[in-house]
Formats: sequence, structure tokens, C-alpha cells
Amino acid sequence: MKIKLTAKPGTSSQVKTGSWRELSYPETDHEKCIGCAMCEMACPEGICFKVGEQNSKGKFFYEADLDYCKGCGICAEVCPVKAITMKEEKK
Amino acid sequence: MKKILEGSRAIAETIKNIDPGVVSAYPITPQTHIVEDLAKMKADGEGKYEYVRTESEFAALSVLIGASAAGSRTYTATSSQGLLLMTEVIFCVSGMRLPIVMTDANRAISAPINIWNDQQDAVTMRDAGWIMLYGETNQEVCDLHVLAFKVAEQALIPVMVNLDGFVLTHTVEPVEIPDRTLIKKYLPDYQPTEKLDVKNPLTFGAFATPAHYMEIRQELHDDLAASKKLIAKEMANFKKLFGRDLNLVEYYGDRNADTVVVAMGSVIGTIKDTVDGLSHETRSIKHGLKKNKVGVLKVVSLRPLPIEEIIKAIGKKKNIIVIDKSVSLGEEGILAGELRRALFGQSKAKIVSIVMGLGGRDITPELIKKAIDLGKKTKENCVFIGK
Repeated sequence: MKIKLTAKPGTSSQVKTGSWRELSYPETDHEKCIGCAMCEMACPEGICFKVGEQNSKGKFFYEADLDYCKGCGICAEVCPVKAITMKEEKK
Repeated sequence: MKKILEGSRAIAETIKNIDPGVVSAYPITPQTHIVEDLAKMKADGEGKYEYVRTESEFAALSVLIGASAAGSRTYTATSSQGLLLMTEVIFCVSGMRLPIVMTDANRAISAPINIWNDQQDAVTMRDAGWIMLYGETNQEVCDLHVLAFKVAEQALIPVMVNLDGFVLTHTVEPVEIPDRTLIKKYLPDYQPTEKLDVKNPLTFGAFATPAHYMEIRQELHDDLAASKKLIAKEMANFKKLFGRDLNLVEYYGDRNADTVVVAMGSVIGTIKDTVDGLSHETRSIKHGLKKNKVGVLKVVSLRPLPIEEIIKAIGKKKNIIVIDKSVSLGEEGILAGELRRALFGQSKAKIVSIVMGLGGRDITPELIKKAIDLGKKTKENCVFIGK
């Protein structure tokens, strides 16, 4: 057996599953975002999070990591201020 | 020293001498006596292993995945529906390259429900990436278990040792239990190259995308094919140390016979007796001696299938009659199909599949004679002989 079959913890981040996204990707309007964290809690991939920047109203806004986002659209659905829209994926 | 023991007891004593770290168990007929005996040995303080009682066969093999990944030598036994319930885990074990050894006491599968012997259960797993060995007698089965651990732990491929349920598991035979100190000499402690360890966390059976999966499967395929040489080598080493023969295939009877009967497991004993009887009959009537000569080929290793050895042993025969206690429904006996594949383009023999002994139906010398006669005459690919 030559191929190493075990993996170190955390190495699954090397698998950029965002390439599995087919139809659409989320785009966040940073100005509309109120920083409520609904998208973070609802995201099944755990890839919506604060990026540490503030918008003009002083809110720390959220963003999706498109390297791993599979485009399910749940974040856009749960956003209470409709700050997230699903845009057509163009590969 | 030889002891008169029930087959299951002989296997349990052998396993005790092999010193596994973890034995998991879920009872199912006709395997139950093996794990019952191991439980008793543990309770009596003779067995040093951890003994885990699980809630299903699925769990029994899953427990061993954890134990084996943590670097322990592991063992369990099952039969029939239990083996089928394990299916998902069976593929995981070989895919994770864990050297688990499991006994399968071969039994018919449902439906209709039937607890008696045939070989349908294990052959259903022949594509799972396990080494699959079949013993003819309880002695051979015990010896194959010692070999199984030696091969599994070197090749990092799990091994399933098969024996016929009831016919062997519940039969009392004289057996020389492989000696503990000899086993220690033959089989060093299992040294895993990687293991589960809280200080150095690792993932076993991790995710593989299309970029990696295929090479991993191919490596398992290549290593399983290459394990044939390792098995042959370890069989030779076994003989040097223990003085008993183990072979990938074994030819019995007249080398010049033009007809050969091929099978796996305990039925080989009946076939040998039948064939011996045939040559007696012909000798006594002093004519037709050559015409009636029949050889026997025992196949011990179904996976890897020792194709070259089979060709060498029976490639030049005229009639090859394969007796199976299993069937690929709608096609033919499993071993017959394997032989057809192995001999394609290598032999001009007529290969006939004879399906016998399903669900515990007796295979008598009379039925084997019938199979040999019919096998030579019939134009069918596959014939069932039940009475």
C-alpha cells in the first residue's frame, strides 16, 4: 500500500467544494446587511460569517465564502432584510 | 497433541492462541458456538482480549473498524443474514485497509428462511475487496486462521475464512490446535504504520473526490491481486513451522484423469471418497479403468483467484465439473463462472456447472456420481442436482 489513506484534522478545507455549485451563488448587499447572523446560523455548510468590516451604518456585515458555497440559497431565503440575492452562476 | 473437538471450539481455541486484542460478537446460527466459546474463555480468564457484545452484526464489524484503526488485532465471526447485514461495513473495512479477520460459517440466505449450510452468503461478498479462503476440514480451517492474520497484517487487506456451517462447525473431529508458542514465532505482534491516537489525531476512511478515489480503488485491486504470491509464501512458511500443508489449490487423484471435479469447502472430502470409490469399482471389474478416472481440484482461495495454478492443474482436462453450493441466480454456480473466466482461451475443456446442496440438502456420494455422469453428457451450462 503506497497511497496514504488517512488525513490530518482540518485538511478537508483543501477540498474546494464550491466547484460543485451549479445554478446560482449568493451576493450580499453590504449596505443592507444588519449583521443579524441569520445566514450564519442557517447555512448548512457553515461558510457565512462576519468578515470584520463595517458598512456605512456601522454594522459588521456578513459574506459567504464562495470557495465552499454550494449555492443552496437558504441564506437568501432567511435574510430578514433581503440583503442576499442569488445570482446566476456563470462558469 | 491432537484433540477431539467440535469445529467451532477448535476455531475458538485457535483464535485464543492467536491473541487478538479485541473480539466483537453477535450470535447467529451456525457461527454462534465460536463466539460463545470465546466468551467463556474470556470469562474464565483464559482469553486476554477485550470482548465486545454488540447489538447487531453491523455493529460487530463497526466496533472492529475502530479497534483495528486504533492498532489492535481484531476478530469476529458471522453467518448468512449477519454477513448480509454487515455488507456496508465489509466494503469499508477493505477500503480503509484494516487487517480484520472474520470467520464466516457458511449458511443459506433468506428467503425462504433456512439455517442450514450452503455457500451463498460469502460468495455474495466476493467483490468487496477481502481475501476469501475456504477450508475443507476443521484442521485446515484452524490453520487458515493463523495464516489469515499473517497475510492480512502484511497486505493490509481483511481476510474472511469460510467453513461450511454445521458440516464443519458442529462436527467433532480430531484437530491439532496451532500451538501458542509456534504462533508467536510465525505471527509477530501487529505493528500498524498509522493508528488512531488522541495525541496525533487522524481521520480513517476520509472523503475522496473524483480526483483521488479511482487510484485508491485501483491500488486495492492491485494489492489484492498481488496478495496471491504473499499467501503462497506464507503457506510455505506455515508448513516449515507447523508441518502441515496449505495450498491455494490442491489437486487430488490421478494426474492423467480426463475428468476433474472442482469445488470449495467440506464437500471436497465427499468428492475425494466418491472418486476413490470409482477407481475401486473399475479396478474390481478390471476394465475401463482409464475411462473412469476422475481427479479432484480443491479451490482454497476464491479471492485472489489463483488462475495460473488452476490452469496448470486442470487446463488440459477434457471435462471440468464444478460443484457449487451457491448460484448466481439466472446464470450458474459462482465457482463455475469463476472457472470459466479463469480458463477462457487457456483450455478446451467442457465446463459444466452443477448446483448442489442448497439450504442444507445432503450431498451424497451417489449424487456426486450422478453429477460426474451428467456433467460429461449434458449440453446444458448449469444443472441443479438435488436428488
